[in-house]
Order: sequence, then C-alpha cells, then structure tokens
Amino acid sequence: MSGMIKYVLKRLGIILLTLIIIISITFFLMKLMPGSPLANAARLSDTQRQVIEAQYGLDKPLIVQYWNYVVNALQFNFGNSFQFQNQPVSTLIAQRIGPSAQLGIQALVFGIVFGIGLGAAAAVRRNTAADTGLSIIAVLGVSIPSFVFAALLQYYVGLKLNWLPIAGWEGFKFTILPTIALGMQPMATAARFIRTEMVDVMGSDYIELARAKGLSGSDIVWKHTLRNSLIPLVTLIGPMAVNLMTGSVVIEKIFAIPGIGGQFVSSILTNDYPLIMGTTIVYSMMLMVVLLITDIVYGLIDPRIRLSN
Amino acid sequence: MSEKILEVNDLKINFHTDNGNVQAIRDVYFDLKKGETLALVGESGSGKSVTTRAIMGLLAKNAEIERGSIKFKGEELVGLDEKSFRRIRGSEIAMIFQDPMTSLDPTMKIGQQIAEPLIEHQNMSKKEAWHRALEMMNLVGIPNAEAHINDYPHQFSGGMRQRIVIAIALIDSPEVLIADEPTTALDVTIQAQIIDLMKKIQAETGTSIIFITHDLGVVAGVADRVAVMYAGQIVETGTVDEIYNYPQHPYTWGLLNSMPTTQTSRGTLEPIPGTPPDLLNPPKGDAFAPRNRYALKIDEEQQPPYFQLSPTHFAATWLLDSRAPKVEPPLTVQQRWAKYIAEHPEVTQQQAQPVEASAILTE
Repeated sequence: MSGMIKYVLKRLGIILLTLIIIISITFFLMKLMPGSPLANAARLSDTQRQVIEAQYGLDKPLIVQYWNYVVNALQFNFGNSFQFQNQPVSTLIAQRIGPSAQLGIQALVFGIVFGIGLGAAAAVRRNTAADTGLSIIAVLGVSIPSFVFAALLQYYVGLKLNWLPIAGWEGFKFTILPTIALGMQPMATAARFIRTEMVDVMGSDYIELARAKGLSGSDIVWKHTLRNSLIPLVTLIGPMAVNLMTGSVVIEKIFAIPGIGGQFVSSILTNDYPLIMGTTIVYSMMLMVVLLITDIVYGLIDPRIRLSN
Repeated sequence: MSEKILEVNDLKINFHTDNGNVQAIRDVYFDLKKGETLALVGESGSGKSVTTRAIMGLLAKNAEIERGSIKFKGEELVGLDEKSFRRIRGSEIAMIFQDPMTSLDPTMKIGQQIAEPLIEHQNMSKKEAWHRALEMMNLVGIPNAEAHINDYPHQFSGGMRQRIVIAIALIDSPEVLIADEPTTALDVTIQAQIIDLMKKIQAETGTSIIFITHDLGVVAGVADRVAVMYAGQIVETGTVDEIYNYPQHPYTWGLLNSMPTTQTSRGTLEPIPGTPPDLLNPPKGDAFAPRNRYALKIDEEQQPPYFQLSPTHFAATWLLDSRAPKVEPPLTVQQRWAKYIAEHPEVTQQQAQPVEASAILTE
C-alpha cells in the first residue's frame, strides 16, 4: 500500500506542476487577447485610466504581474471580478460550482449506467436487429451535439407533454432534462465501448472455458464477461468528464442553470480576465483530479495493475 | 473388454459460411472406453477440435450437425437441449484448453475459478467448494497451494496455469476429459510434467481421456489408441503400437516421417508436401491423394473404404486393396514395419479386408 501512497503523491506533484503551466498559459493568452475591460469606457481621461490601472496592478511590468498572479492563484486567490462589483473570483466560483458539479455527476452516472446496460444488451444479442438498432442509437448519441438533444427535450418533454420543467434550477425535477441532454454523449460512448469490449471478451478462451464448466449464460455474462469489459471502461471516464465539462457550458446556458458554465460564457463576453482565468484554472484542476481518481480506481479494480505497481 | 463410455457414430458436421458449406467433419466413427486414452492426431483444420466441441455441445452458431450420433453412457448428445448439456459440461465431460495463458479469467481469483464447477453442479457451499479447490491444487502439484488460492492468473507461470486449468477440469471428477492440445503452448520440459500429471491423475481416477494433438511424438507416451484425422475424416485408427510400428495409410507415414526420433540422422526429416484440401468442395476421391506420392488412379475417382487389419486396426487407403500394387513405404516406416513383423509374424499372412465404417466401433 505504501507504493500506492507514493504513486498518489507523485501524481499530486505532477498536477501542481501542470497547474502552474496552465496558469502561465492562460495568463499570457489573456494578455494577447484583443480588447480591454476599459475599452468601452472611452470617456475616461488618461489620468482616470492610470488610476484604475494602478488600482488593478496593470501598470506594473508584465513579469511582476505574472509572478503575483501565479502566487495568488495557487492560494485560490484569483483577484476580484471586473463585472460583478469587485467580488472575489473565488467567491463567485464557489457560489456557482454546486449546480455544475451536481449536473456533471448526474450526467456521468446516467450515461455510464445506461450506457453499460445498452451496450451489454447489444453484445448479448449481437448481430440481431436489436443490436443494429442499439448501434444506430449509439452512433446518433455520439454524433448529435448535446444542445440539439436539449432543444428536443425542452420542446417535446417540456412544452408538448408538459411533464418536466423546461428551464431553471429549483429542485431535482429541474435537473432531469439537462442531465439527459448532457448524459446522452457519455451514454452512447459507453454503450459502444461496452458492446465492442464484451463481444471481444465473449470470443476469448476464458469464456469458452467458462462455458465448458457448464455455467449458465447469465453467470457467464455477469461473472466473467461484464466484469472483464468494465475495467477498461474506467479509462474512458476521464475523457467523458472533459466532454461533460465543455458540454455543460452550453447546457447550463440553455436550461438557465446558475452554474459556472454560464458564468464562464458571460465572463468571456465581458473581458472579465480574473473570472476567465479563475474558471479555466478551476476547470483544469477538476479535470486533473478526475483523471487521478480514475487511475487510482483502475489500479484498485484490476488485479494485474494492483499488484505489479 | 471394458465398458464403452462414448461412441461417435457417422458424425457429419457442416459450417455455414458466406462462401458455402464447409464440410468440417465427414462420416467420423470412434469410441472411447472407460479409463482409456484415445489420441486424435492430425494437422490444423483436420477436424479434431470440431469433433470434441460437438461432444461438449460447444459448436459455433453456424455449425450444423447434419447427421450422426454421439452417445455418452447411452445418452444421445446430438440435439440435446442446452440445459441438459450444461449438466454434463464441466461435470461429466470436462475440457482442458490449449493455451493456459489465455484460458483463465484474468480478474478472478484462481480458487474461485477452480471451485466454480462444484458450486454450479453440486450446489456446494462456497466454503466447502474452496476447500475442495485447495485439495485439487495440491493434487495437480501447485506448491504452497494455501498461500496461492487467492492469487490471480497473472501471478503464475504457463506450466502452473495449465495445472490450474487441469484442476478446473478435474474438480467435479469427470468421466471423460477432453484435452485439446494441452501441451502445445508449453516449453518442452513443462510438456513432460503436464503429461506425467495427466497420466498420474488418470491412474488415480480412472478418467477416460481424448487427447487432441498434432504431435505424434507426444502421443506415444500418452495414448492407448490413436485415430489419425485428415480433412474431416479418420484415415487410420489402431492401438499405439499398430499406428507407430505398422502404419498403413500414406498420411500416417508422412506424419511419422516428418517427426524426429532418436534414430533420425541429419537431414532426413521429410515434410508432407502441399496443403489440406478445401472442405468447401471436398475432393470426390481420397482427400489426401493430391499430396500423396503413392496415390493410385482410383484415389481420384472413389473414396477408399476402411480396410481392417486387426480387431483394432483400420486404415482407409486403396493401397490395402488386394488389386493394389505393392509400394515401398518411406525408409523409416519400413524399419518400423520390419521390427513389428518380427514380433507379430502373423500380420503378413492375412490380406486386409474392406469393411463398413461402423466396424470401427467395437461391440
């Protein structure tokens, strides 16, 4: 187990390093971006502009600005927002991260659970009409962007059938449609992956041996096939989380969800540098933590990795 | 004569493919007695594995048993429903597979994999089944079994994994054990260990074994009887002594001639030229004729019947017909013959007689 602790510490070190690189890249990208938060304030005199720049530290040399920013960012101090009456960026993000996290986790769970179910069903009935049907659904799910699903769900389930609220964020009922819209892509990805993986495993020697033991079809699927197909699925969770985070930016806007995604979009539109950078860094950090967790889980559930360190 | 446990009668199996019907098994007859080891020998695609998959009820979905019967202890296995087959599989008929590196589930503890047939067939409690699994691991010679019962397959060497596969096959005391090339994927030194283990267990349990191999060298030390298969048919069958020392079919000659022995001098190993026929359209006459330098005119026209040389020895070749010209088998085979005839002078006295294929089956 000490091997595991060493591994996690090493990975955390790498995460810190990556974070510094990301902070640097976002900082300089931001400096390269055209426009300025003061661009619209044309009526400012030069003196007024200098006062404001001094107030935000924008008059200092670039390298000093950069150093200050890195040091502060690593302590989760991303400065104050330009647009929201000088509220600290960390407070703004903290207020809004709840709905985003809930939506992301719900969509991931929905996608994986239903994806495994559909994929397994297709694999067991491989080369039948049901399998083909499920494959078509999966291809549609992967190729149609989540905002199309969002609009369709809002129109049919929300407006026509009037079963669920169209937008807003006032309880679990409000989370269902965005969860489905956002979860379609991970569901389709997982279904396709599980189907391929299971068909592969079903052709393996150890499944033939399991059949030669006289095990029933369902025992073979549950104890041997599914189990061996699920392990590699864990590696997909990382990329899925990336998709969910970027997808949620759009979905939050469509369903009027008070999450960081919607706020991120408006911060870009208003050149709110501190908020853009803060959100970017928080996104990257969440992603790296998800990747770390999936790697640890992978090691825990696959005996071949667990013991060979 | 001891009790007959398995009888395969006039078995014909086709595989439906996009290109047409592949006639994988064509009119195969053999039987297996209690405690006996029968070797099925032949090159890849000769139908050895398909025959045994049919016995296990594990044929691919596109396979069809066109006709014939497989009787296990008097019970017909052809057309048996899946549920009844499951009762037999892993319990009364068990199987050892070729490649121990891939035939174990990589994510399941080996103790559980060994215990699984017992839990399935005997409704045994998990604890009891694990206890039996431990005994079995000791029996197949896994050192320090107690410490390893919770290990996973990747923690074992190839030879140890094959012992585990054998333990799985034997845990429910099957009456028939099908060993599908159990030593092919192993080092030569490990091969000998695994064969010794199988012989030892057979002596203790009285299990009948069908031993599939393409290696005649392995057969000599294992089998009581041998059936040589070619292109979906048994071309020659007899006791080990008869097949090794008095072979009659040119294909058997070819196999023996391509196998090194302690007497083989440098550069005398002879491969059999050519490749097996396409079983989509099997040849009209003897399937081996195109590769056979002893082929007669009639081989292209008509399939040879079985000629009987002894109560146990049959060969399907026109060379044994009374009208056939005398041919000189390869030198190594001539040497074998000379020794055999010296020990059994009576064999030269009788002319082999053509018989119905079903004569292969003993009463």
